[in-house]
Amino acid sequence: MERNHRLQKGNAMRLLSTLLAAAVLMTGVASTAEARDFTVVGWGGASQDRQRLLYFEPFAKEQNIPFKEDTYLGGWGQFQAMQSTGEVPWDVVQVETAEMIRGCEEGVFAELDWTKLPPKETFIEHAATKCGAGTIVWAVLLSYNADRLKGNEPKGMVDFWDTQKWPGKRAMRQGPKLNLEIALMVDGVAPADVYKVLSTKAGVDRAFAKLDKIKPLVQWWKAGAQAPEWLAAGDVDLAISYSARVVNAQKSGVNLKPIWDNAVYAIDSWVILAKSPHAATGLKYINFASNAARQVESAKLLPYAPTLVEAAKALPDAVRANVPAGANLNTALYGGSPEANEFWVDRLQELTERWNAWVAK
Amino acid sequence: MSGAGDLIGKLRRASRRKQLTAIGLLSPALVLMLVAFVWPIVSLLTASVRAPDFAVAMPNLSAWLQTWDGRSMPDETAYKLVAEEFGAAMDAKNLAVASTRLNYEKGGLRSLAMKTGRRAKDLKPPYAEALVRVDAAWGEIETWRALKGASGVFTDRFLLQAVDLARQPDDSIGMVAPEQRVYVDRLGVTLTISIVVTLLAALIGYPMAYVMAMAGKTVGRVLFLLVLLPFWVSVLVRTAAWVVLLQKEGILNGAMLAVGLISEPKQLIFNRLGVYIAMVHVLLPFLVLPLYSVMKSIPRDHVRAAASLGAGPVSAFATVYFPQTIPGLGAGCLLVFILAIGFYITPALVGGSSDQMISGIISELALGTANWGLASALALLLLCCIAIIYPVFGRYAGATGLKLG
Repeated sequence: MERNHRLQKGNAMRLLSTLLAAAVLMTGVASTAEARDFTVVGWGGASQDRQRLLYFEPFAKEQNIPFKEDTYLGGWGQFQAMQSTGEVPWDVVQVETAEMIRGCEEGVFAELDWTKLPPKETFIEHAATKCGAGTIVWAVLLSYNADRLKGNEPKGMVDFWDTQKWPGKRAMRQGPKLNLEIALMVDGVAPADVYKVLSTKAGVDRAFAKLDKIKPLVQWWKAGAQAPEWLAAGDVDLAISYSARVVNAQKSGVNLKPIWDNAVYAIDSWVILAKSPHAATGLKYINFASNAARQVESAKLLPYAPTLVEAAKALPDAVRANVPAGANLNTALYGGSPEANEFWVDRLQELTERWNAWVAK
Repeated sequence: MSGAGDLIGKLRRASRRKQLTAIGLLSPALVLMLVAFVWPIVSLLTASVRAPDFAVAMPNLSAWLQTWDGRSMPDETAYKLVAEEFGAAMDAKNLAVASTRLNYEKGGLRSLAMKTGRRAKDLKPPYAEALVRVDAAWGEIETWRALKGASGVFTDRFLLQAVDLARQPDDSIGMVAPEQRVYVDRLGVTLTISIVVTLLAALIGYPMAYVMAMAGKTVGRVLFLLVLLPFWVSVLVRTAAWVVLLQKEGILNGAMLAVGLISEPKQLIFNRLGVYIAMVHVLLPFLVLPLYSVMKSIPRDHVRAAASLGAGPVSAFATVYFPQTIPGLGAGCLLVFILAIGFYITPALVGGSSDQMISGIISELALGTANWGLASALALLLLCCIAIIYPVFGRYAGATGLKLG
């Protein structure tokens, strides 16, 4: 009994000290949050290394302010958490179009004061909006390993469905978004009509039916790094993957080739959190980043296309050939249009369920 | 008499003091329990049934919808409320959140609601006709039923959806359309994978722990280190290592081809086999460690005594040694099972399309689409599974070693 009692006491003391420690930690965290530095958020990896070099550090130096970085991996969850807790740890974030529009509608992102930014006309189409200033154009496209498919190279997206010539495995992103669009384009729908067709039940059925034809051969990827890795390792013959990752693999000596036919492209934008305590600095930062010379340098480092007309014109030919711009987009679908966005905010939940049920069968 | 009463009173006071001290000493633990265990579960439960965004943004319309029978087409009053409150919500910037809630009832209603909100200011009576001109969907009773579904503060939609059920137009509960049935199937896959992984871990881990417990000091230490080593490497790195080992032109396939065991590369990864291999590897220490500590405490004399009384090695093991290890085995299996049921990174990276586990879907819902209602409902479903399995385990695996909670 005595021993037990002492044990309990010991436990209680330990718990008490743990609680105290937790309390101290929490107040520590709270106080740093109040005085936190200007925080810019990218997508991590090579993309954020490039941003640090060309945007974050030069900007902080010019303004003579300390800055912090964080990484965001897409989706709305983190913004919803900020909404419901009122804690806003970020100031400026690079987001995809769907989140940009949702955040603008829900008042999570601030409306930009365009008088303090480069004129909207200096941006390419769709890149200058109420809450977002475009920073890069990215694309998803067909790719293959030229060393492994020598003499049997695919030419267009249609070849992804040609199981005679390429009977091996092929990689696609797990999830309905972009895949339904690509399936319809291969089935003969013009890029401009894709969302009109998808908005009917018959259109969705048609996309799934098209995907059914290659489903047994598809290996689904979750992380953007997987598809190029599989191509390099010979796990798959063909892959639908991010153009920048495909082109970038060439730098590390893997002979991956992009095919721009029926690619899907979209724009990522800088947004400012509406409750950011550094909103003014955020606007200055976006102005700093919306600079043609810096965007050209950025495109040289990582093969995304710039969002400023002047930067797009100034690209060296070797860079232009590998980014989603100009002639590369002749048969491409713009995945960030209002109808694309409307379609996916309305149907993502339902189609993801259908997709998950379909993919597991 | 009064002396004795005094004494009893004193005793009572003394014991009450002791009780208060005990409670006082325990209170940090109780607070911690509340903060760390009870509160998250309660908030999880709440999130899975509480979805007030629409009701908050459209108070009067929601009140009207709550009284509506859901059968006759609504009258002009309701249309007028739509025109007024959608416009007001647009100005207050909470139309988008309300529309997202509405969209859970019926896909497509989010953009209808946003469109209506944007044009609400210009609408003129009669509102019924004006709204049908905005979108023909306003003339359909299904739209109004969806509105009614979203109008309450509380809903059973997410709990039902988590088991592939939904309210039918007549308010009865029925299965969702066949092509939308996904969660029960995923739960089944999750449980199957978890059970198989637990069994495999027990099969591999038991002899491993036995060798560790029986080995000499040096060998024992080396083995212990080998078991602990994977703990120091992140799950992602370990999973990536399995990809390198098992892929089509990976090390294992290469070796098997080289010795002529197989004639063409085998599919060892991106299917269920890959999931089992990687998960068993990641979870094995959680089985070996509790088992090892139990085995270490079993006196070796027991088996010797059994042998001296005439038991063969097999029967000595089966009747004397094994029963004493059951608490450790049970604790290890339970740990592995509970951890396995919540896995998702590993199956996502090394599994095939039919190996996605329910936690992966929960994470997608929580972080991606931010449908926290459904995410909470699915998390509750997992919690229920563990709540059912835990006592069953306790009964069959010997309760003594199982007091984890």
